[in-house]
Amino acid sequence: MAQNDSGAETKEENLLPVEAGREVILRAQDVTVAFGKKVVLDHLNLDVYRGEVLGFVGGSGQGKSVLMRTILGLNPKRSGVIKVFGHDFSAVSDAERKLIEQRWGVLFQQGALFSSLTVKQNVQLPMKEHLRLSQKLMDELALMKVEMVGLPRDAADKLPSELSGGMIKRAALARALSLDPELVFLDEPTSGLDPIGAADFDDLILKLRETLGFTVYMVTHDLDSLHSICDRIAVLAEKRVLVEGTIEDMMHCDHPWVKEYFRGKRALNRV
Amino acid sequence: MLPNRPKVVHSAGDDGSVVTLSGGWVVSWAGECESLLGTTLAKLKGQPFTVNLDGVERMDTAGAWVIFSLLRNLGGASELVQGGRAEQRELINTVADYNREEYVAKSDRMSVADYLELTGKRTRTAWHDFLAVLHILGSMASVLATVLINPRRLRPVSIAVQFQKTCIGAVPIIALMSFLIGGIIAQQGGFYLRQFGADIFVVDLTGILVLREIGVILTAIMVAGRSGSAFTAEIGSMKMREEIDALHVIGLRVTEVLILPRLIALMLALPALVFISDLAALLGAGLICWIYLDILPAGFIEQLKIAITPETLMVGLIKAPFMALIVGLIACVEGMKVEGSTESLGTHTTMSVVKAIFLVILVDGIFAIFFASIGV
Repeated sequence: MAQNDSGAETKEENLLPVEAGREVILRAQDVTVAFGKKVVLDHLNLDVYRGEVLGFVGGSGQGKSVLMRTILGLNPKRSGVIKVFGHDFSAVSDAERKLIEQRWGVLFQQGALFSSLTVKQNVQLPMKEHLRLSQKLMDELALMKVEMVGLPRDAADKLPSELSGGMIKRAALARALSLDPELVFLDEPTSGLDPIGAADFDDLILKLRETLGFTVYMVTHDLDSLHSICDRIAVLAEKRVLVEGTIEDMMHCDHPWVKEYFRGKRALNRV
Repeated sequence: MLPNRPKVVHSAGDDGSVVTLSGGWVVSWAGECESLLGTTLAKLKGQPFTVNLDGVERMDTAGAWVIFSLLRNLGGASELVQGGRAEQRELINTVADYNREEYVAKSDRMSVADYLELTGKRTRTAWHDFLAVLHILGSMASVLATVLINPRRLRPVSIAVQFQKTCIGAVPIIALMSFLIGGIIAQQGGFYLRQFGADIFVVDLTGILVLREIGVILTAIMVAGRSGSAFTAEIGSMKMREEIDALHVIGLRVTEVLILPRLIALMLALPALVFISDLAALLGAGLICWIYLDILPAGFIEQLKIAITPETLMVGLIKAPFMALIVGLIACVEGMKVEGSTESLGTHTTMSVVKAIFLVILVDGIFAIFFASIGV
């Protein structure tokens, strides 16, 4: 990681496409994903701009998680190009791939904390594997992350099985933020949290975005999150991104599914 | 991609020294940042100085933390930081809000008291294991008693599925292993007995050894490794994923639904496997006698008839259900002891196999004493 020269940076700045004055940090073009004969995503296009919080919604089983996994390189895609930080992730060398992976953080839906490691060790794992830091510095950084996500200090030495659901989400977020990523993927971060906890989590993500300046790609079903923290929303339906825009755009969209989602009974009962 | 190497330049100014930072103060360089700034600040101890961020390309929480913690060690605060972008100074202030106390790692050293505590804990676990085994045996008895009234509670389908897995699936490997071991015993025995011209007694040696001891021990150990570990892993992962709790809540008894079918299937499977193992070992021995010792198959069978009685076979077979019970009970008890982590699943699966093999050999010894004293 350490042997990079300054040339790389200028090279990348040229690679990042700019649209309407904003840098595109993640671009999916014409992405098709299929399992056997079942096509899940069909020629899907999506741009994520630097610094924004993108909310990604769609019905259950429509392929939201599939798209996230495809972007992360966990699912093969049949066709199309996915560019993360301007690099086509499927065409980069192993060394470049490793560098890209250090620049994103992922919060899996179930947390996916390593169950035999303590919270602190979980947070330190990316640092330990990718960087060469002193144990003391890693301890301090890990504790800082643990406190930043709102966990008590003594949670750092606990095993994931000793944590509640909300604490697991926070610990998983701390691990995702371990290397100060530029792009954070959150898979249903507020599902399974009580409304207060969910609101806290939303605030936390906003606050961390302000201080750390990362971009958030958030798969969610939480209408409150969509209203309160998302700058832009993309709706996945009919195997592609059907509409994207601000929450106001969503409220005025006439597609029946979008209408039902944002202006349905549950949505209107919110207030 | 990665910002430039961090640099620290120290220059004398009008009111105290100015430490100018440049390059990337990010986590990838954190180790370097720490040593560079640390050495510079160590030299400035006791003198007035300010830290200038003007040249910093990029800063993240790790870089901010390094700057803040080094300043804090010198008794300074974030006011000493100047220049740079506002959000970079803000980041240092944010970082200062966390991690106020120094982290003290827990010591791993064991004291005498810890050893005593551990011994006590182990003893208690052993006692609890014993109770758990009794509990399962008790529920087995109670379910078997109710079966007389309500035969459906025996769960024949479950038993059949488990029998398929533990018995039929194990036949090829057990037959092959026994065949080889039978051959090896015959060859080794023959090699020494031939020196006395007593080759024919190889048949007695292998016949009795295989039927009484080797067949059952070998099979029980194989089954402990094959099915015992599978039982522990299955029940353990069900425990981890709260499936066991779900069974409880639905009103089913875990021992009845999960453990008994496995135990009964294993107790039916092991005698069958032992019998197959005996046959395979005798076949292997017969083949080696023919090739290596020139004892023709007809002669082998003739001598075998003299050497062994049905009792010899029964001594081996009668032990099989007991061995099956031991392997199954240990496996299920260990499976129920699995906790949340994957590590504990691994530990208990290992423990299940180790304990089962140990007990199988121990119980075989006890049987040997028993049979010797009743003169069989």
